[in-house]
Amino acid sequence: MKSRRAITFERIVKNGFVNFGRNIWLAIAAIAMMMITLTILLFAMVANITFNHTIADITSHIDVSVYLKDNVTDAQRDSLMGQLRQLSDVKKIVYVSKADALKQYEQQNANNSDLLAAISETDNPLPASIVITPVDPNNLQSIKNFLDKPKVQALQSDPTSYSGDRKKAIDNITRATHFFQEAGVVGIIVFIIISMLIIFNTIRMAIFNRRDELIIMRLLGASTAYIRGPFIVETMLYGAVAAIISLVICGALFKVASSTLQASSLGLLDITYSDRFFTSHLFEILSIQILIGILIGAVSSLIATRRYLKLNR
Amino acid sequence: MILLDRVSKSYNRRGVALERISLHVEPKEFVIIVGPSGSGKTTIFRLLTREEKPTSGKIIVGGMDYEHLRDKDVPLLRRKIGVVFQDFKLLNNKTVYENVAFALEIAGISNNEIKHTVPKVLDLVGLKGKENNYPMELSGGERQRVAIARAIVRQPKILIADEPTGNLDPKHAWDVIKVLEKINHYGTTVLLTTHNQEIVNTLKRRVVTLADGHIVSDKAQGKYKTT
Repeated sequence: MKSRRAITFERIVKNGFVNFGRNIWLAIAAIAMMMITLTILLFAMVANITFNHTIADITSHIDVSVYLKDNVTDAQRDSLMGQLRQLSDVKKIVYVSKADALKQYEQQNANNSDLLAAISETDNPLPASIVITPVDPNNLQSIKNFLDKPKVQALQSDPTSYSGDRKKAIDNITRATHFFQEAGVVGIIVFIIISMLIIFNTIRMAIFNRRDELIIMRLLGASTAYIRGPFIVETMLYGAVAAIISLVICGALFKVASSTLQASSLGLLDITYSDRFFTSHLFEILSIQILIGILIGAVSSLIATRRYLKLNR
Repeated sequence: MILLDRVSKSYNRRGVALERISLHVEPKEFVIIVGPSGSGKTTIFRLLTREEKPTSGKIIVGGMDYEHLRDKDVPLLRRKIGVVFQDFKLLNNKTVYENVAFALEIAGISNNEIKHTVPKVLDLVGLKGKENNYPMELSGGERQRVAIARAIVRQPKILIADEPTGNLDPKHAWDVIKVLEKINHYGTTVLLTTHNQEIVNTLKRRVVTLADGHIVSDKAQGKYKTT
């Protein structure tokens, strides 16, 4: 035997589904709005993750190359490397000899026979170098100070390469990330509020349509939960449906974006990562979306039923 | 079973509806409340179903003191009282069977019990064979009997009927009254409000006459008095 409480709960859920079906045309606006809200939320989330991924990716490849004159002796070089190792901002240093540099160059330009020919004609023109990986790519000042000393300058054949263009790119992406985060938060709040207002209205209409039934239920002794419950179940369903639709749309957009935008190569931003992340975390994303959708639905219908269902009589 | 002790009800706009009404109804009694429109019959009804609260005075129904009733107890109170309205208040998109079952669903009764109980009650009010009809397909008297079936399906100790014959022709009115007598015969206290003189005079039951919010007479085998 099931308890009365269990039977009542079962009926509340069942009535919620029935009302959802009866009310579907009224509910479309609310579902559409929630869908937009959830889509923005999802986009903001994935974009944020993609930006962070890109920054981490670029940061790990930032280095400082010190090019050495050909006449630098092994002793001078070892002493320079020793001093560099002493610097607290230096994470790792690697020596690239003239021969290594040539090998790298040949590998990089394996498809370009003209460039290869140009280089092999003369004696290897590439300088030996020391590649420094900094601890913090945003803080190269102490390394720079050390390299700018006249004594150290004297050993260098070319100006130090600070991956300057990359640093600028990182700054740009960081700024963009902050902007998107802020815009995302504002957008999400605005759209959540609009969704809730539309749900309020949907529920008010549903209450109006069903007011005879609700009055009768009340007079026959239906509890507040029994009357209110189905409305809340109904709007939670709006949220779940909106979440699923939103996920399908986002999935398609990420697929399209990763195949078209990546080809045009928007700078350093790794668009395919969005799609990869989306695909690999599909279940988590779906759960979060549905959860948030259900939450928005439940909260707004709780407020709306409290406001529009006068149940004290 | 029902006790009203010096109950008054006044509305801000309409003035006084009931003034210091005292009424005691014994278990299994059949009491008819009569009086012209505006005399306070419906107000008593609405006080008993707790659609309204009295301005002053005490109401005790089936051992429940309304003064100590919290809002969340109101549904439980209403499940203990069967109510019948002049305008039936049936759900037109539900069949006769579903309308009666609805009262049990609200109370959390299991589906098996509903299947068992509803046909019996429909049989009692003489609506066997009409289970799958919609209210719009029935006569007024039949609709009111559906409403009575819905009111008694939870086996309340008290049935209150506010002008149940008000919208019916004499033949159908009598069908409804006979059902109420039958229910009373099985042990339910019945409180009936009406302004149908013929019904009052024929039933020979206790008659409480209201006028302008006061009880003007309370007779054991009353007649309809024209004031």
